[in-house]
Amino acid sequence: MKLSRREFVRANAAAATAAAAGVSLLQAPDAVAANGDNIRWDKAPCRFCGTGCSVLVGTREGRIVATQGDPDAPVNRGLNCIKGYFLAKIQYGEDRLKQPLLRMTNGEYDKNGEFTPISWDAAFDIMADKWKAALRDKGPTAIGMFGSGQWTVWEGYAASKLYKAGFRSNNLEPNARHCMASAVAGFIRTFGADEPMGVYDDLEHADAFVLWGSNMAEMHPILWSRLTDRRLTHDRCKVAVLSTFKNRNFDLADIPIVFRPQTDLAILNYIAHHIIESGKVNKDFVGKHVNFLRGNADIGYGLRPEDPREKAAANADNAGGSQPMTFEEYAKFVADYDLDSVAKLSGVPKKELLALAELYADPDTKVVSYWTMGFNQHTRGTWCNNLVYNIHLLTGKISEPGNGPFSLTGQPSACGTAREVGTFAHRLPADLVVKNEAHRTFSEEVWKLPKGTIPGKPGYHAVLQNRMLKDGKINAYWVMCNNNMQAAPNMNEETFPGYRNPDNFIVVSDPYPTVTAMAADLILPTAMWAEKEGAYGNAERRTQFWRQQVKAPGEARSDLWQLVEFSRRFKVEEVWPEELIAKKPGYRGKTLYDVLFANGQVDKFPKQAVTDAAGAVYDNDEMEHFGYYLQKGLYEEYRIFGLKGPKKGHELAEFDAYHRTRGLRWPVIDGKETLWRYRSGYDPLVAAGKDVEFYGKPDGRAAIFALPYEPAAEEPDDEYDLWLCTGRVLEHWHSGSMTQRVPELYRAYPDALLYMHPEDAKKRGLRRGVAAKLQTRRGEITIQVETRGRNRPPEGLVYAPWFDARRLLNKLTLDATCPISKETDYKKCAVKVTRT
Amino acid sequence: MDTTRRRFIGDAARTAGGVALCGLGLGLYARRSTSLPAQALRPPGAITESEFLAACIRCGLCVRDCPYDTLQLAQFDDDIAIGTPWFNARNIPCEMCEDIPCVAACPTGALDPALTDIDAARMGTAVLVDQENCLNYLGLRCDVCYRVCPLIDEAITIEWQHNARSGKHSRLLPTVHADACTGCGKCEYACVLEEAAIKVLPQRVARGAGGRHYRIGWEEKAQAGDSLVPADPEHRYNLPEGLDYDYAGEGLIREGDTATPFAADPLETLNRESAP
Amino acid sequence: MTQIAQQPGTDAIAAKGWLLAHRWLLLRRASQLGILGVFLLGPWAGIWIVQGNLNASLTLDILPLTDPFVLLQSLAARHVPELTAISGALIVTAFYVLVGGRAYCAWVCPVNIVTDTAGWLRQRLGLTGGTRVTNRTRYWLCGTILLVSAVTGIITWELVNPVSMLHRGLIFGMSTGWAVILGIFVFDLFVSRRGWCGHLCPVGAFYSVLGRVAVLRVNAARRAQCNRCMDCIQVCPEPQVLKAPLFGADEGSGSIIQSPNCTNCGRCIDVCSRDVFQFGTRFSGNAETRLQFAKETQR
Repeated sequence: MKLSRREFVRANAAAATAAAAGVSLLQAPDAVAANGDNIRWDKAPCRFCGTGCSVLVGTREGRIVATQGDPDAPVNRGLNCIKGYFLAKIQYGEDRLKQPLLRMTNGEYDKNGEFTPISWDAAFDIMADKWKAALRDKGPTAIGMFGSGQWTVWEGYAASKLYKAGFRSNNLEPNARHCMASAVAGFIRTFGADEPMGVYDDLEHADAFVLWGSNMAEMHPILWSRLTDRRLTHDRCKVAVLSTFKNRNFDLADIPIVFRPQTDLAILNYIAHHIIESGKVNKDFVGKHVNFLRGNADIGYGLRPEDPREKAAANADNAGGSQPMTFEEYAKFVADYDLDSVAKLSGVPKKELLALAELYADPDTKVVSYWTMGFNQHTRGTWCNNLVYNIHLLTGKISEPGNGPFSLTGQPSACGTAREVGTFAHRLPADLVVKNEAHRTFSEEVWKLPKGTIPGKPGYHAVLQNRMLKDGKINAYWVMCNNNMQAAPNMNEETFPGYRNPDNFIVVSDPYPTVTAMAADLILPTAMWAEKEGAYGNAERRTQFWRQQVKAPGEARSDLWQLVEFSRRFKVEEVWPEELIAKKPGYRGKTLYDVLFANGQVDKFPKQAVTDAAGAVYDNDEMEHFGYYLQKGLYEEYRIFGLKGPKKGHELAEFDAYHRTRGLRWPVIDGKETLWRYRSGYDPLVAAGKDVEFYGKPDGRAAIFALPYEPAAEEPDDEYDLWLCTGRVLEHWHSGSMTQRVPELYRAYPDALLYMHPEDAKKRGLRRGVAAKLQTRRGEITIQVETRGRNRPPEGLVYAPWFDARRLLNKLTLDATCPISKETDYKKCAVKVTRT
Repeated sequence: MDTTRRRFIGDAARTAGGVALCGLGLGLYARRSTSLPAQALRPPGAITESEFLAACIRCGLCVRDCPYDTLQLAQFDDDIAIGTPWFNARNIPCEMCEDIPCVAACPTGALDPALTDIDAARMGTAVLVDQENCLNYLGLRCDVCYRVCPLIDEAITIEWQHNARSGKHSRLLPTVHADACTGCGKCEYACVLEEAAIKVLPQRVARGAGGRHYRIGWEEKAQAGDSLVPADPEHRYNLPEGLDYDYAGEGLIREGDTATPFAADPLETLNRESAP
Repeated sequence: MTQIAQQPGTDAIAAKGWLLAHRWLLLRRASQLGILGVFLLGPWAGIWIVQGNLNASLTLDILPLTDPFVLLQSLAARHVPELTAISGALIVTAFYVLVGGRAYCAWVCPVNIVTDTAGWLRQRLGLTGGTRVTNRTRYWLCGTILLVSAVTGIITWELVNPVSMLHRGLIFGMSTGWAVILGIFVFDLFVSRRGWCGHLCPVGAFYSVLGRVAVLRVNAARRAQCNRCMDCIQVCPEPQVLKAPLFGADEGSGSIIQSPNCTNCGRCIDVCSRDVFQFGTRFSGNAETRLQFAKETQR
């Protein structure tokens, strides 16, 4: 019991008065004694990055009044970064959206009308009209949805089911396409299974860390404090940092490397060459567990097909293709990437390159490679991922404590939701893909659907969705839980014209009036984070649950409620062809809600009180509304994919287990978590005596790919003479729609700044603090020059963060993607900077 | 005649007395006005406070030329010599303009025109005044003050320290170096706490001073480039076979074993079972 | 003495019409407000003709002007100012030597509007009495301030100066500084007639000193026409300065108002229905006057 002195005096005085008056005070002394400030505490994962810190959420009288880092959480042990510190404030911005808003003129929907409050009924009415019209006129490819790695697991799962099975459209994408797609493609291509083999505990076991295009110091702050602790307390620990500009990681770097953009491909190949040349190949490992493949080169840049760069590319239509090769051929391939030529190409001194290569080559040094957007947002992003795996596979430094490649995620559930439940245009839950008929059939069986319901052709990926909106091929589009107008590349030429195309109806679900909401036709007010029951999966395969802590304001509803409720608006006959219904005549006359959610499986857990160990009771607005434990039903159905599906290695524990823990790392088999995958002893799916098995691949062997250096899609020239690299800052998360509404965070970093080298500024008549015009072939913005501060670009490159809605950086970026992963390269385009 | 004379003398005395009293009051008030409140910072280049009050003619030209509205003129109830320019870093900090327009605008030299490099300005010194509430000292990852510092890694550096409570994180401690800090106040402004844990204070408040009777040995040595007293001749020791002894610091060394008898992590030593 | 039964200037209005009877007053107010307006144009409208305030300013980014009294205090406090401030002070000094030191008080100083209003109101309300403060106090104060500045090493008067406080306050923000201005108003209204400007203000005293050799003067050139209506005495903020030039013909006084305390406000010209007064130079008037003037200045 903790009472302030004043409260204590007051309480005593009251008691004395009461005693004198001969009455006893009727307040509940027990409650006060247990919890002096009457705050109820419950656990939840932080809502920001993919680190997955756990917090305790304190509520009182229906409001989140405080949070604290959970001292018992293994990831963060009570710590938070500055965004997590303000979690209690993110849902209380003054401009929360509280009712649906439709663009109207004189009481009618009008694409150019003013946003006008309407009821949920009216909102779903017009939405259903537009969806039905699009489906009727052009079929399932004319509708689309852009979702999120911030969706809860069941929200992503429900969206996947609604679109892929209900509407029979694979045009479903998460914003993780902008973020993790190259890591996904790389994992699948090399290992046949998504997500890292290691866990965060690698941080306490490695002798060396190599950060490839990962500003961990700012973007994964708590992991960085773990990494720095290892560096501090482990004598031999070394840190290598590779980036195209100096960032905060360089503070700690033993091997600091600033390389010329795009030449990371060559550096990666040089390291492989060095390992081979110095005889450090782990021959036993390579012989048993690895295949060599020559990947197709000259694969284009994922631009529109009419772009000359696409026309000139030999393998633009078969970017992911490969042919087997031998180790000797591979060794010869990487021999071109010798120290001299790579040093010249990359601009990195030989000493640093050699030191870096030695970290990997030395058999006594345990190495973890970390990367994020520097690798993933890359026109050769999949290659970068493949090439770093090459290095770990050549040396066998993988799948064991302190050794392994580890892609960090930027979103709280990029793994748990976007990747694992199948919200990508080509994926189904648990690593299944739409192209594979067996996978489709299995999914249809789990979902109790007629065979042939799920279309076999992947849908439009993120960047393509915007192009298709512009071209009028997608006409009904739902953006949920993201801010893609601000986030997608080439806003001026693709995204904005797409959203405002008069043929299109755009729906945006968001808690706040974002740039995307402003470009929408219908805005749906949305519950966020602890206003609903949820589950996130972090970067180390840790699935974490939380209970609904408070109610959403006004008429705001969760994404899950919106998705499931919307499904009621469609009769099977309105969305499925007759021959499909004929296979399941029982579904005739039913709604998609009946078929997808009230299917005897999702609705099988009856309404119950949600309680914690102490017996406190929590809301569950979706359970209240639908009459059953919707989240549990969806989760338990989804779990079948991991337990019984054709791909092993994605087993999850039962629903209730997660509410009792601070997360479990999958595969969870017999109630036990898996720390290091693919290695016997650690991974129960690897037979004893096999030591290592990459069971994602049919032959259990991972692939080493021979992939060359190829130039970027757009490099600086005489006119646009600088590289533009975009990114984030610690204080703001992604598009800033939440963190910019926290006054303290806004104050800490109010406006996006253009970081540039003082010499570059001087050459252009600019200096620190003045506004400059930042211009590419696609657009221009005005932004303040910063020549000091946290980021120090070399001459020839400028860096700016994209969180600032008043300086839309994606007016400038090029929509070039990795042709394999379809992930945009936000890190490289040509720009010029002039005085305003 | 007498009354007139008496009256004249009386008047004169009264005037003289009144004026003298005014003068005394003014003088005392003037003395008091030199004690600037700790949160009031002078513009870059401001000469020492007592000299400043002799030089500043309260024209506000520096205020006018400040592009960020940082500077303001003291008003009647500010408890700062009225009309003199100052800023409160928590409200609007100094953005450290390269061309220092405030100094250029000053007609009297109250802001010293010799200041041409803003990095040489000393408006005050940042002090992390409250380590108990500083989030980084608690182990959280804020370090906003560090990242907003225009002289990042010079005026504020991060010192790492093992977080013994969490066991696997480090605490990133923002550390101010007064020899580089200009006192611009960006750190104090940006501190996310309700009351800033890092504050810019006037240098007279912020800084201690060592006694002249003691010099810091390693700094003296570094400055001299060598030991001030010549190095010892080689030492020799009585040691059992297989042992060596290093004078410079390593201590007792077993031959062929370069490591120390101590674990790198002091906790391992401290928590060893044999520890007392 | 003639009974004062009517407001001063009534005769003048009758004789010359209202406008001519208020000509210099209107011009003066136009000047005071115009100068203030030019200063305010920057902060209020973003038109930066002048920056700064009366203590020091920069006009059109080129012309520096500095209040010599402030600079003198600074010098007394042993600070050697930069050339900009010194040249600004020289320009201002030269100007007031030309137009009369206390023209500053009548034509520029914003406090004058306050004290004029108090004076006018005091007259309208028929308030009399109050404390007797000798008008030499301001010179004592002026000297004391320079002394205290020298002793403390601080520009002392600026710590309390209501003149710059008001002008700066209007341009840069006032907060409770209004209280000081209100104090002066009340002092002038109830305590002492023309108490602030005429008796206490050391800034005015300093400008008086500058005005000892000023060229521009008011001249009671047609004093022979005076009907002793006393309107000029009634309106004059420094009525003692009129006495000798107007009534002292018999004692050999010249008609030029020689006292450096005259503010060149021209109000006497306005209210005189007989056109006794006019602006002239210290060299104007008859030989007798000039001789007298020379004597006065030598003394």
